[in-house]
Amino acid sequence: MNWNAVAAIYRYEMNRTFRTIAQSIVSPVLSTVLYFVVFGAAIGARIDTVEGVDYGAFIVPGLVMLTLLQQSVTNASFGIYFPKFIGTIFELLSAPLSFIEIVIGYVGAAASKALMIAVIILITSTFFVDLHIAHPVWMVIFLLLTAVSFALMGFIIGIWAKNFEQLQLIPLLVITPLVFLGGAFYSVSMLPPGWQTVTYFNPVLYLISGFRWTFFGVADVPVGLSIAAITVFLAACLAVIWTIFRTGWRIKP
Amino acid sequence: MAPIISITDLSKTYEGGFEALKGVSLDIEEGEILALLGPNGAGKTTLISTICGLVSPTRGSVTVGGHDILHEYRAARSLIGLVPQEIALEPFEKVINTVRFSRGLFGKSRDEAHIEKVLRALTLWDKRNNRNQQLSGGMKRRVMIAKALSHEPRVLFLDEPTAGVDVTLRREMWDLVRELRASGVTIILTTHYIEEAEEMADRIGVIDRGRLLLVEEKARLLHQLGRKELRLELGEPLDAIPAALADHNLTLSEDRMHLSYAFDSHAERTGMTRLLGDIASAGLSLRDLSTRQSSLEEVFLQLVREGREEERA
Repeated sequence: MNWNAVAAIYRYEMNRTFRTIAQSIVSPVLSTVLYFVVFGAAIGARIDTVEGVDYGAFIVPGLVMLTLLQQSVTNASFGIYFPKFIGTIFELLSAPLSFIEIVIGYVGAAASKALMIAVIILITSTFFVDLHIAHPVWMVIFLLLTAVSFALMGFIIGIWAKNFEQLQLIPLLVITPLVFLGGAFYSVSMLPPGWQTVTYFNPVLYLISGFRWTFFGVADVPVGLSIAAITVFLAACLAVIWTIFRTGWRIKP
Repeated sequence: MAPIISITDLSKTYEGGFEALKGVSLDIEEGEILALLGPNGAGKTTLISTICGLVSPTRGSVTVGGHDILHEYRAARSLIGLVPQEIALEPFEKVINTVRFSRGLFGKSRDEAHIEKVLRALTLWDKRNNRNQQLSGGMKRRVMIAKALSHEPRVLFLDEPTAGVDVTLRREMWDLVRELRASGVTIILTTHYIEEAEEMADRIGVIDRGRLLLVEEKARLLHQLGRKELRLELGEPLDAIPAALADHNLTLSEDRMHLSYAFDSHAERTGMTRLLGDIASAGLSLRDLSTRQSSLEEVFLQLVREGREEERA
């Protein structure tokens, strides 16, 4: 393993985060605060509790997941698309690097940044609601698995995208709707039975449900199923990336 | 000594069927400067890109320092520095971080002394904390070279290093390349400037339409293929070439004061003695005479022309 290269990519990517600290960290925190004000304070005041949890606290795991998914995907897709766009990818391809090292560097940095923001949001939320985390170790595991697997997905999007429009397409048109419809702001049990069935086909539901379980011990779906879902997703992303590098798809003529 | 790079029957056909390389074989010796000369689209960049790992070969093999570029890509690539034709730099990053990043990618541990040495050699040290986007075009090109040298390569590929570069910078580049060679680095440069190949190279390879037409030591190439021209300045203007000189295949200049005679300097008989005798018999007076060796440019054009005619045949 060329660990020096992994470290170089990681450091370079994290540098970009700190160079653009305002847009990297301040803006997701600000939008989360707005969610708390609108959903937590304004609407939450009219909703008592959901499954025995205060509504303000109930939406925290969903909000953290929303940001974590968006950030993991966006950071990783941009991280690998940008060298393609400006042409510096030649250096990655001509260096004595295996694809595993490239992926660890870029996905590791993207996931780290997303995790950092998730933790900041979690801390921010304690200013608005009383939070009690029932299973802290599982919470960390869920955060890690989610950040890594969605950063892998972002990496695939970055390789696939031929322009900035395509780069935005999936986060905007797929991820955000799935999170909103995956029970970020409500429990599935609040939906009519027909819609409940539809929701079970939304993979993000399993993430949010499992993550919420680590906070309050209550979940829409069994927690084992949540862990299985995220593991399958992770494996699928790894398989796609392996195929991309093996065939040189969209990176190597 | 074993060649530092050995290319055997290398072919590349791009998706869509374009054959960029057609069975190229070439050995490159350690420590030499090899110039690959060819018109645009000849296959120069594809050849370099394939050796460096940017393009997958369709057929054939390449070893660098004895390591196969596909099966032992780590060992092969760690010996190579590549300066591509297009300037590609992250605009917002600092010069020094950009160069450090390249060193890291090639698996080398941090070495600030080496980075400083490279930046100073390229007169970039004062600009080390500037962002890449603040640099002039020439400076950016130097950053590209600094990146390639950051990991102490034994082979340096320069793809069109002076395309679109002003005269002063071109001279500086040439000096730099010579210094690098003196330090033991093997240099392969592609160019379509004949002057550059003539100035820099130990050996010259001529490539056109994916085929390597010839690889030869520069001096020998000029020597072997060089046509010479004898130019005679006349004492008095001439209306027409006298009939007595008709079979010498002379050309009369527009000012009617010069006669030119083309000959092969390596032929057994150049025909010069007979020509001068005939000129004396014809009663022409001469004021001066000079000979001129054909330039590499003419040699190159001739080779490309011949190569294409052969392909058509």
